[in-house]
Amino acid sequence: MSTALLELEGVHTHIGAYHILHGVDLEVPRGQLTVLLGRNGAGKTTTLRTIMGLWRASRGRVVFDGTDIAAHATPDVAQRGIAYVPENMGIFSDLTVEENMTLAARGARNAGEIDRARLEWIFGLFPAMKKFWLHPAGLLSGGQKQMLAVARAITEPRKLLLVDEPTKGLAPAIIQNMIAAFRELKSTDTTILLVEQNFNFARQLGDSVAVMDNGRIVHSGAMAELASDESLQQRLLGLSLAAHQ
Amino acid sequence: MTARATAASAPTPDALPKVRADLLPLLLVPALALLALPLVGSLPTWVTLTVAGLAMGLIIFIIASGLTLVFGLMDILNFGHGVFIALGAFLATTVLGGMADWTASQNVFANLVAIFAAMVVAMAAAGAVGMAFERVIIRPVYGQHLKQILITMGGMIVGEELIKAIWGPQSIPLPLPAALRGSVLIGDAAIEKYRIVAVVVGLAIFALIFWVLNRTKVGLLIRAGVQDREMVEALGYRIRRLFVGVFVAGSALAGIGGVLWGLFQQNVIPQIGAQVNILIFIVIIIGGLGSAGGSFVGALLVGLLANYTGFLAPKVALFSNILLMVLVLLWRPQGLYPVAKR
Repeated sequence: MSTALLELEGVHTHIGAYHILHGVDLEVPRGQLTVLLGRNGAGKTTTLRTIMGLWRASRGRVVFDGTDIAAHATPDVAQRGIAYVPENMGIFSDLTVEENMTLAARGARNAGEIDRARLEWIFGLFPAMKKFWLHPAGLLSGGQKQMLAVARAITEPRKLLLVDEPTKGLAPAIIQNMIAAFRELKSTDTTILLVEQNFNFARQLGDSVAVMDNGRIVHSGAMAELASDESLQQRLLGLSLAAHQ
Repeated sequence: MTARATAASAPTPDALPKVRADLLPLLLVPALALLALPLVGSLPTWVTLTVAGLAMGLIIFIIASGLTLVFGLMDILNFGHGVFIALGAFLATTVLGGMADWTASQNVFANLVAIFAAMVVAMAAAGAVGMAFERVIIRPVYGQHLKQILITMGGMIVGEELIKAIWGPQSIPLPLPAALRGSVLIGDAAIEKYRIVAVVVGLAIFALIFWVLNRTKVGLLIRAGVQDREMVEALGYRIRRLFVGVFVAGSALAGIGGVLWGLFQQNVIPQIGAQVNILIFIVIIIGGLGSAGGSFVGALLVGLLANYTGFLAPKVALFSNILLMVLVLLWRPQGLYPVAKR
């Protein structure tokens, strides 16, 4: 079996008349955190949405755990073990934290049926979730909403976690909190594909990296290699790590 | 699995804004009733009008609740909802006509059994027709509002014509069962017996809807789907199936509402659904599209206002509900209880 849990092979995606992905080839190794980098509009979010089946690939294969899921409906993709944290967090504002979490536990009819040990583990990662358990999610701060979005995605064990820009708009202290949480998730061998623009954040977490531009993967390799090569960063991302520290 | 303290060390803001239930729209109902008291001038008359208004409002709520959830879940504008009301009302004429011994009885229990039987038949038939309506008329026009309006109105016209073909074009009397005719006196206030029944049935159905929405996983999915259906799918749930279920349940509720409304009017015409449709859309707009709680408050306001203005200024009654909608939307442009959308 391939070491990659997820493989995209020549994936094209059209949204209406627009051709967004132009043959994306991407491997997400099992048990690793892969960061997908790229400027705005490069196609990162479209890649995640295509994997989830929220937008349909017009060509190519999306192979997850040995099965081509390119034509699968979104609920089927989720049921295969892929969790998704969208860029807008996808929080149900009118529902409480408890209700948001209960929805993520598909087998639970109510919060009492959520795996208690796992819930305590999540509370350890994100204490605010326990504190504000009965509060409407719409009242949480931006950082707390992001924590809820990630907490919800890991309420049940999933094979793959797709996370779209978890640091967007967050204060530095909250970003440190997220880094700690993702390190903990990595330690449980969860496979993660993380879209990010904050290179400093990505560098601290990523095992492997892929860089997108104009709907294609223009670089992929080990994160350590990119992090240590300023000229490569300049060429691919137009930045130097020093400027981000 | 061991939680590490690293994440916990990050600052957590101590307090959220206080959780405060938004009771202001709900308070409009008693406020409207109290405002009407000095205008009506007579306490017994006011009590009679208030009970009549509550009964009318609760029947409208039963009909409107499904429609508002259908809109909230799938952005479907179903102008054909009235056909389920008409179907329910006409089936009531058939069922109650066939149970003449029960409806002619002076035994309240026998009368209630007859009404209950009519409601069950109407619920089943309207639910089944609703399922076909969704499959044939609604599904091909998902996401196309203009086509939805045209085709659902067309569906209602076809439905009305089918009703005429089955029951005839003329109006059919739907008299109240014998023991439910007339009024009971509470103090000096005369309250029609049937309106008490309508209030009790309406409250029971409201309690059931409230329980399903707030105490069950299906209800949780409906409330989440109204806010962000894409995210519900990304969590692994099939929102289309949920939508079909809500559409069928909404149609069945409209069928029940049709029975109650027909008995309320004591006369049934093929256009009965189209007539009530206007009130229903006013209610769901006032309440906030997609909000079952909002449509409950909206329906009570519409019911009360229609009865008070009907007594105080009949000419104003013709447009009082439109005026109410305008005032509510000036105050809260998204309705009384807007649903937080994605």
